[in-house]
Amino acid sequence: MAKARQTIRDHSAEANLFARRAFFSAIFVFGLMSLLLINLYDLQVNKHLEYQTQSNGNRIKVLPVAPNRGLIYDRNGVILAENKPVFSLEIIPEEVDNLEQTLAQLTELMAITPDEIARFEKDKLRQRRFKPVSIRRQLTHEEVALFSANQHRFPGIDIKARLSRYYPFKDTLTHMLGYVSRINKRDLAKLKDQGQEANYAATHDIGKQGVEKFHESKLHGRVGYQQVEVNNKGRIIRVLDFEPPVPGKDIVLNIDIKLQQKAQQEMAGRRGSVIITDVKTGGVLALYSSPSYDPNLFVHGISQTEYSKLLNSRYSPLLNRATQGLYPPASLIKPHLALIGLEEGVITTETEIQDRGFFKLRNVAHIWRDWKRQGHGTVDVTKAIEVSCDTFYYELAYKLGIDTIHERMGEFGFGNFTGLDLYEESRAILPSRGWKRATFNESWYIGDTISVGIGQGYWNATPIQIANSLNILVNRGKRFTPTLLKGYLIDGSVENVAIEQKPPLVINNEENWDIVLDALYGTVNRENGTARTAFRKTSYVSAGKTGTAQLFTVAQDEEYDEENVHEYLRDNAMYIGYAPFDNPQISMAVAIENAGGGSSHAAPLARNVMDYYFDELRPAREMALAQKNAAKIKVIGISSTPSSHQSSP
Amino acid sequence: MKKTNFTTNKQSFLERIHIDGFLLLSLLCLMFIGLLTIYSSGGQDWDLVQRQLLRLGVGITIMIGLAQLPILVYQRVSIYFYIVGILMLLGVLFFGVVGKGAQRWLDLGVLRFQPSEIMKLAMPMMIAWFISRNSIPASVRDIFVGFVLVFIPTILIAKQPDLGTSLLVSASGIFVLFLSGMRWRIISLIGLLGGLFAPIMWFFLMKDYQKQRVITFLDPESDPLGSGYHIIQSKIAIGSGGVDGKGWLQGTQSQLEFLPERHTDFIFSVYSEEFGLIGIIGLLVMYMCIIMRGLYIANRAQNNFSKLLAGSITLTFFVYVFVNMGMVSGLLPVVGVPLPLISYGGTSMVTLMAGFGILMAISTQKRLLSR
Repeated sequence: MAKARQTIRDHSAEANLFARRAFFSAIFVFGLMSLLLINLYDLQVNKHLEYQTQSNGNRIKVLPVAPNRGLIYDRNGVILAENKPVFSLEIIPEEVDNLEQTLAQLTELMAITPDEIARFEKDKLRQRRFKPVSIRRQLTHEEVALFSANQHRFPGIDIKARLSRYYPFKDTLTHMLGYVSRINKRDLAKLKDQGQEANYAATHDIGKQGVEKFHESKLHGRVGYQQVEVNNKGRIIRVLDFEPPVPGKDIVLNIDIKLQQKAQQEMAGRRGSVIITDVKTGGVLALYSSPSYDPNLFVHGISQTEYSKLLNSRYSPLLNRATQGLYPPASLIKPHLALIGLEEGVITTETEIQDRGFFKLRNVAHIWRDWKRQGHGTVDVTKAIEVSCDTFYYELAYKLGIDTIHERMGEFGFGNFTGLDLYEESRAILPSRGWKRATFNESWYIGDTISVGIGQGYWNATPIQIANSLNILVNRGKRFTPTLLKGYLIDGSVENVAIEQKPPLVINNEENWDIVLDALYGTVNRENGTARTAFRKTSYVSAGKTGTAQLFTVAQDEEYDEENVHEYLRDNAMYIGYAPFDNPQISMAVAIENAGGGSSHAAPLARNVMDYYFDELRPAREMALAQKNAAKIKVIGISSTPSSHQSSP
Repeated sequence: MKKTNFTTNKQSFLERIHIDGFLLLSLLCLMFIGLLTIYSSGGQDWDLVQRQLLRLGVGITIMIGLAQLPILVYQRVSIYFYIVGILMLLGVLFFGVVGKGAQRWLDLGVLRFQPSEIMKLAMPMMIAWFISRNSIPASVRDIFVGFVLVFIPTILIAKQPDLGTSLLVSASGIFVLFLSGMRWRIISLIGLLGGLFAPIMWFFLMKDYQKQRVITFLDPESDPLGSGYHIIQSKIAIGSGGVDGKGWLQGTQSQLEFLPERHTDFIFSVYSEEFGLIGIIGLLVMYMCIIMRGLYIANRAQNNFSKLLAGSITLTFFVYVFVNMGMVSGLLPVVGVPLPLISYGGTSMVTLMAGFGILMAISTQKRLLSR
């Protein structure tokens, strides 16, 4: 109780003490609160901009949007490469309650394979849980229908459509169109070098071959951007801004699909190539390499087995024979060599030789035989082309010498890229002293020149080079670059690209063209011409030259296979030709491997294609055009609906 | 401080039920702000708001209930309350239930609860009772014993481990000792000892995750995606709010879930982002009203027990506010302390409102007696 008394005694002192402490506490509280406020002021006022930037950085993401790839049309508006929606079945793991059970149900419905489930499980681990993962790609229409009917049973599973390349003509255009396929590491490195990485940020496929590769930059377009607000897990909450992608250009090729189909049909079961060009522009109307394959296989990723089958096939379907096939040009170069001889003054129209079936050099034991054992008798330059006399050319080559041949044949484009808009092209070999020294470390022998005189020996050429050289002859020196790209389809009308032309081949005597072209006319139309039989009674007048190349094989690292020795040692049949003779429109180059003689195998094929063009295709086109024009006149002033095909401009 | 109109109008009724009108009004204001912010940070979930409303209802009921008890009752039960608290903490240590990596819960069959919450009230009551047996300033001996009394539960709670609560509990006891006139020399000595104790804590008492929090506090950028993530995102939220804020429901940091613990410990970041510096000043003013009112009540209280207890309850409340705001704005390390009356959550809310009940009991009963 003493304590209690004490308490009462000191009450006011105690109260003062507490009041002082309470006051001090209040100061303490104010002090700390001020500290807090100063710090918050610093954050919200001084550093506001910095944090606002960080906050926006948190929430705003810029997502690339892939542009639609440009379509590819033929010269008449037929679509050759299109974008088709492909459907895939995708699961959002987060939205599925019981994944295992759902997968089991799905398997019951769609027969999902364990492989597919394994791939799904693997992909799933790499994705965030709210991002869709595909379980089956490329659904068939039946599967789409089947799943759609059962969708209510599968929450969190959806069918997703994506545009993907489709080549409706399948193996008809493979080597020319090429294909697109998924961008791989190598493509990515290349895009990085070109500074195109950002532009491809959302793109799935890239052109791997052919036109798809060569014209990639036009077909691809420009990437668009979507500015989105995302949450902490990266899920898109809303779209803030959208800069639409610029779709790739729709391109129009010089190709006429009908002609291309005809070429394919004629080449069925054969190896080789057919090239048809528009003489007046160098535009490539058809370019078919046989055998071919379906490029659609590559778009969605070809299976290893299928790829090996293509790669290891002894017929090398992956090779574009029209631009990469290396063939001795054989007799096809005789007109060119004749022209060079005339130009160089080594021969004239008066020059005649007596062909006894072989050519022999003094002091050399070797004899070079003509293809005709008994020889052609008296031969001048025209007859030498018409009957394809070898002896005449042995002698001509001997007189010209390899240096002149090399230089002047180079002017016809041999030994170099033609400039065709495909990356898959070979320079082939136009031999020279330097080339032989560099390649074999050997000197050039006279004998080497003699073989070159008939397009054999070390010389080889690609069919596109041969076709190009023919066009130079037919155009009397004008050099159009063979091109696939005709123009762009812009707002429904075709805007043609400029025709590419190299400086013309100028010769001293213009009449020399006439001499050579006349001989080509004779080859087809005169009694002893080598293509006379093949082109008997055509509705048009054509000119051309046959060729028969003695063979090794095309330049591919094919293995020597005893079983096939026979087949592969047979001659290559070749033909070049153009029509109509007096107003050339189309030219052709045909090469058929191991078929036999050019006049009996290549020329008839060329005739079939030319017949088709002049007797069926062209009249039909003209009629259609006339009808359309007539219709236009009738319904003038009334908007007419265009037919499915676009008329050629 | 003048009584507001609200209190004078309802004077007879409020006084009859021992309620301090000014305090009640401030509490209700803060609760309302809390509900608004919970609605925003919880993804506009009405359920969350309703559950919080229910808790607030329970809290207010408890507050009103406790306000009715005479001070004498608190004085008498203090020691038993403290002993029961200690026993329960021991119980937790030996039979406790593990939750969230710490052993904090006691399972009594029907309900689980945290005895450390009891200690938040038992501690200041015990120390206030112990010191007020004698006159103040307390003797050195009393201060020493007082420290021992503070130390025992603090260690027990820290062992669970629950560093945040152990700091708050010890603070509530030390505040009593401070208010009772502990000499400044001793305060300095304690400060010095505390400095020495820190390394011991670091090496022997703190768990790895607690150490990590301290490291993160000192350098949040050291681990921007790990434990530094919370504090970085929180500072971005506060900083990007600016002076006038992004607007209610418009805070991108919170709405897009970049902020962790949005409706609990980090609710102040959400509030700051959406209401800006202006909102913060308003909020601080309201807290200051409560704290100053509490100190005023303490100062006017009738006896030392009441004074010390009221002062301690008020200052502990301030510590809550300061630690939470300091932690989310990067001034203090992250310790799991909710923002009182605003954060979503039940356990600490009940204790808090019980404290205000006692404060009101002290406030109104003083007036009744002095009349």
